[in-house]
Amino acid sequence: MSTEYQTLANDGLWENNPALVQLLGLCPLLAVTGTVTNALGLGIATMLVLVGSNITVSLVRNWVPNEIRIPVFVIVIATFVTLVELTMNAFTYGLFMALGIFIPLIVTNCAIIGRAEAYASKNNWYNSAFDGLMMGLGFTLVLVALGALREILGQGTLFAGAELLLGEWARDLKIQLFSFDYPLLLAILPPGAFLGMGFLIAGKNWIDGRRKAKLAKAPIEKAQRARVTTVN
Amino acid sequence: MSFFIASSPHNHQKRTTSRLMQLVLLAMVPGVLAQFYFFGWGIVWQLLIAGFTAVCAESLCLIARERSPLRGLQDYSALVTAALLAVSIPPLAPWWVIVIGTIFAIVVVKHLFGGIGHNIFNPAMAAYVLLLISFPVQMTSWLPPVTLSGESIGWWDSLRLILVQYTSAGYSVDQVRAVATGQLFDAVVMATPLDQIKTDLAQGLTLSESLSKPIFGAFAGHGWLWVNVAYLFGGLMLLQQRIIQWHIPAALLGALAVAAIIGSLAAPDALPGLNIHLFSGGTMLAAFFIATDPVSAATSNRGKLIYAALVGVLIYVIRSFGGYPDAIAFAVLLANLCVPVIDQYTRPTAYGQAGGQR
Repeated sequence: MSTEYQTLANDGLWENNPALVQLLGLCPLLAVTGTVTNALGLGIATMLVLVGSNITVSLVRNWVPNEIRIPVFVIVIATFVTLVELTMNAFTYGLFMALGIFIPLIVTNCAIIGRAEAYASKNNWYNSAFDGLMMGLGFTLVLVALGALREILGQGTLFAGAELLLGEWARDLKIQLFSFDYPLLLAILPPGAFLGMGFLIAGKNWIDGRRKAKLAKAPIEKAQRARVTTVN
Repeated sequence: MSFFIASSPHNHQKRTTSRLMQLVLLAMVPGVLAQFYFFGWGIVWQLLIAGFTAVCAESLCLIARERSPLRGLQDYSALVTAALLAVSIPPLAPWWVIVIGTIFAIVVVKHLFGGIGHNIFNPAMAAYVLLLISFPVQMTSWLPPVTLSGESIGWWDSLRLILVQYTSAGYSVDQVRAVATGQLFDAVVMATPLDQIKTDLAQGLTLSESLSKPIFGAFAGHGWLWVNVAYLFGGLMLLQQRIIQWHIPAALLGALAVAAIIGSLAAPDALPGLNIHLFSGGTMLAAFFIATDPVSAATSNRGKLIYAALVGVLIYVIRSFGGYPDAIAFAVLLANLCVPVIDQYTRPTAYGQAGGQR
């Protein structure tokens, strides 16, 4: 059982990362990663929806006819997106305004319906919940990495506007790493998101390649064969 | 006794890449001299900074990729990239502009795509677009031509403006610009001719009113005309030396000319005419030096014609209807993107094969 969880965690966070490997849900990924706060906000929202929809889809999987499963998945996902949207509207209003259309657009995030179809509709609810959590976490990590990259290059800060997500005390979280006379506008603009995403994917592939090369170099120890029978 | 057996062709062009690149650099000299004459010492410093940065970045990349830096540097391609970028940006832009641009061109656009011969985009133009998008103010601050303002800046003050953004007397680039332009017009910021037309048209002036401003000489933009003529001369040298073929320059200028004629016939007082388009901005530099980059251009002769015509039309469309005054870089990058498709459909048939069979 624990190996199943390990595989799920490894897949979601690295091997089959929704953003870096499956390249799903790129629209919000590229649009809202201007700052770490926005990225983290959308990442957490996506993760909540993913966990909720995975559990629900898994629970109803035996009652949903195969022919209409996609509409059912969409309704389930839309329900959770509405929940998250209303919650954010109530508790993190500033962030809700900052993210704008991209919160309702979580419905169309292919990573979510992809997990419902590929995993949750075939597995029990606790495994599906864990899968949703890991996939969501992997997605959030990439969002935050890209957000940090763009925020540092574009504004020289980190966690600017964290109070939108975490409340007033978080205003002090903002770190001014350095200040520019002229900000690198490219990092803030959409092309910068594409470039940054490209660098992240390239970095992941580079690490994988190095790992593979290391594995290939390491000598494979031959198992000692213990002969228990005589040679025929 | 043994014979050396090789298949045809037996008569080789003995020119190496490094020789080609040296000749391209040489052919840029007239244009650079013209820019030096009209815009002062800045261009010299920009070329030096860009060249130095390019050599450093190229060596580091080659070392990181476990290749011999000496062998890589000897092909001079990094220097050509640096030179093309340095002549495209405003001569008094701060030093970090050209440094960021050159590093981006060499490291990201060239080496991350596999080094010389593998880059799908023209490195100098990709870097130019990066700079234009990131630092629009610095990238559009051209001084008026020296011959027009009579305000020449010495080599030392130019260097100071580039490195610390102040002359020895304590003037910033903006102040120098204001002084230089202030003698000509009241508080109108001087721009490149194409920029000027764009601004004037946006303010509701007609084209002929805009063209009567002193930045425009009798024929095309003041100073810019001669810069373009000088690059045309250098380009013809390249043609004569057979470094480049006629296809790309001819198709580019032809397409741009046709588009400009149609445009000025359709809307004579809103769209600038043929002379402005051919002899302002970087048209000649683009036609002979930038679009002809053998790596990022199409391969076959028919492909080159299509590719260059596409660049020409795109230059016209983006210049006339786009948000930025000049369009060379955007047009070249967009056409570079189309090159794989163009190459796919213009593959020449092998000798002896029936035509049309692929």
